[in-house]
Amino acid sequence: MPNCCLMHLSGWGNVPRQPANVFRPEKWAELKSIVGQAPSSSLVARGLGRSYGDAALNDGGGVVLQTHLDRILSFDPQSGLLECEAGVSLADLLDVFVSRGFFPPVTPGTKFVTVGGMIAADVHGKNHHRDGSIAEFVESFELMTAAGEVLRCSREENTEAFWATLGGMGLTGIIRTARLRLRRIETAYISADYQRAANLDEALAMFAKDDQRYAYSVAWIDCLASGESMGRSILMRGNHATVGELGPRQRQKPLVLKPKRKKSVPFNFPSFALSPLTLRLFNNRYYKRSRVGPHIVDYDTFFYPLDSVLNWNRVYGKRGFFQYQAVFPASSARECLVELLGRLSASKRASFLAVLKAMGKTSGGMLSFPMPGQTLALDLPNDGPQTTAFLRELDQIVLKFGGRVYLAKDACMMPESFRVMYPRLKEFEQVRARLDPQGRFASSQSRRLGIGGPA
Amino acid sequence: MSTPIASENWVLLLGSTSGIGKAIARKWAANGVNLLLAARDTDENNRLAADLAIRFGISAKPIAFDALAFAEHEAFWKECVAQTQGNLQGVILVYGYMCPRDEADRDAELVRKTIEVNYTSAVLILNLAGKEFESRRRGYICGFSSVAGDRGRQSNYYYGSSKAAFSAYLQGLRNRLFKNGVSVITVKPGFVDTAMTWGMPGMFLVATPKKVATDTWNAVRRKRSVLYTPFFWRYIMLIIRSIPEFIFKRMKL
Repeated sequence: MPNCCLMHLSGWGNVPRQPANVFRPEKWAELKSIVGQAPSSSLVARGLGRSYGDAALNDGGGVVLQTHLDRILSFDPQSGLLECEAGVSLADLLDVFVSRGFFPPVTPGTKFVTVGGMIAADVHGKNHHRDGSIAEFVESFELMTAAGEVLRCSREENTEAFWATLGGMGLTGIIRTARLRLRRIETAYISADYQRAANLDEALAMFAKDDQRYAYSVAWIDCLASGESMGRSILMRGNHATVGELGPRQRQKPLVLKPKRKKSVPFNFPSFALSPLTLRLFNNRYYKRSRVGPHIVDYDTFFYPLDSVLNWNRVYGKRGFFQYQAVFPASSARECLVELLGRLSASKRASFLAVLKAMGKTSGGMLSFPMPGQTLALDLPNDGPQTTAFLRELDQIVLKFGGRVYLAKDACMMPESFRVMYPRLKEFEQVRARLDPQGRFASSQSRRLGIGGPA
Repeated sequence: MSTPIASENWVLLLGSTSGIGKAIARKWAANGVNLLLAARDTDENNRLAADLAIRFGISAKPIAFDALAFAEHEAFWKECVAQTQGNLQGVILVYGYMCPRDEADRDAELVRKTIEVNYTSAVLILNLAGKEFESRRRGYICGFSSVAGDRGRQSNYYYGSSKAAFSAYLQGLRNRLFKNGVSVITVKPGFVDTAMTWGMPGMFLVATPKKVATDTWNAVRRKRSVLYTPFFWRYIMLIIRSIPEFIFKRMKL
């Protein structure tokens, strides 16, 4: 039995913070013995800890850190098919494969995530409106179940386990390896086009009009703007650049970027740093000064602006913050957004980062988040119980319009809301009961949401 | 003086599937060195070899090696020379064995295993490398000892004494091979964040395997004799060694 280490863990939002016995296998035999023999009441896998809330926490139980199982096992340059262990990070994949002309088929807003985490959350990226979530590109994976068996899961084999695990937040077992298809690229650059939208209607109209022209599309939205300019945004859209679009210097080595210096937030910011006033100033400046129009930008700047500042979550101070992301059907998107943004500004709360994006099809994952419509993501500093109460009010609005909240970000949803938002939960619970009748795999989130029966 | 390491050359890594082994392998591979990976666990070793070949575009060959199968060392060594067609330019030994002292107190076999893995097997296998490099008048041998070998402490002296013996062996080997142009590097890591130390109480100033690998790479290139990594362990151990024995024996270390 490998050693475990008692640690206090939190998600990226730094709240909640809970103790757990943390295992860190480096070999497959160790992983197997942890699943079979670890004395912890339950286990959940954890990657780089970028889910925001309590999805990768297990209060008083066991956590299996997968980051040391990080080997790339095979790659076929003809088809772009990659096989790797679940602990391989997206940052590693970018380092290894961009220079060879391949790119992850889907990427969330940070590259500090693992392949296992991406599957467990069935992540989406700026290309969701066209390409769907990571599920579309996962050929198969190996799942270690509570019985210590390894199931190969794909669309043909162990189908139910496949669709329960994609988006299943680690509750079906531990992903050991995965096979996914990478996308071919000509350059490491994005041909970007940034445009201002004066208000919400304009932003939605622009999405509707020509989003399909862009592989990647997202809007930064100013949550503090109200009245006429409520929902004013900057649309950031683009496509992978071709060699022909690059400048002469970039063209010499189109797939290689100059290494950048990383900045880091060295300590927790004091709480006054992010007041509504400072945010208003920031948002105004950002809206007016942002570069608009077409331009070439490297992939790192386009996809991962926050990754260049390590530990950026510390700007929210030691009380941490909540990230809130919801999606709602296109038919009610405008109404829902107006109500959410109105509620937000009425509460005098400010979100430092708010992002709006059109989503495409659902993936087939039983607990997957995406659905066709619009998704809104917010950051809210933690002010204690009142913030939690406020987020639950937002849940009610989202519910009313037939939407749902993203489990990878959720930290305080009520089980009643969750059950309505995720109509395939029963089906998920049945598969989970077959794979894991004793409930070996559980997380703080699964207990809070009452997955697999009342907590 | 730093010596550039040419890409057609091979290095043998003994204990490749350990945490430090993987970090060393990735560091060497990132610098274009081909690797012969020796470990007992064939499946794990195959996966590591695949990873290195894909990530870094080098040749990585897994080879089965059981440190305690002394009788097979010679055949193993011949196989290594054959597999690399005489282009073996260095040997790095990173494997080791440590168990909690109280477990070893109850089981003499664990004490014996500690000595045989950390000392006996290391001497026997590196002797073969030393002979080869001595006659070829080039190459390097890099052995992972430990700061625990610098002074015997009640908490960890079976492991510590086996590493002390290994350090003394490397010192002698260095002395012997110097005139033949073969360098011998003793690496003494402090606490490193590996499976061996994960969850162990009383850890401080813990270094990543990556940091240790980078320091080791630089030490090998500069033909250093003894590397403490991270560097401050040299001074910590200087202080610990300089405590008079009549005081030290009363301390709880």
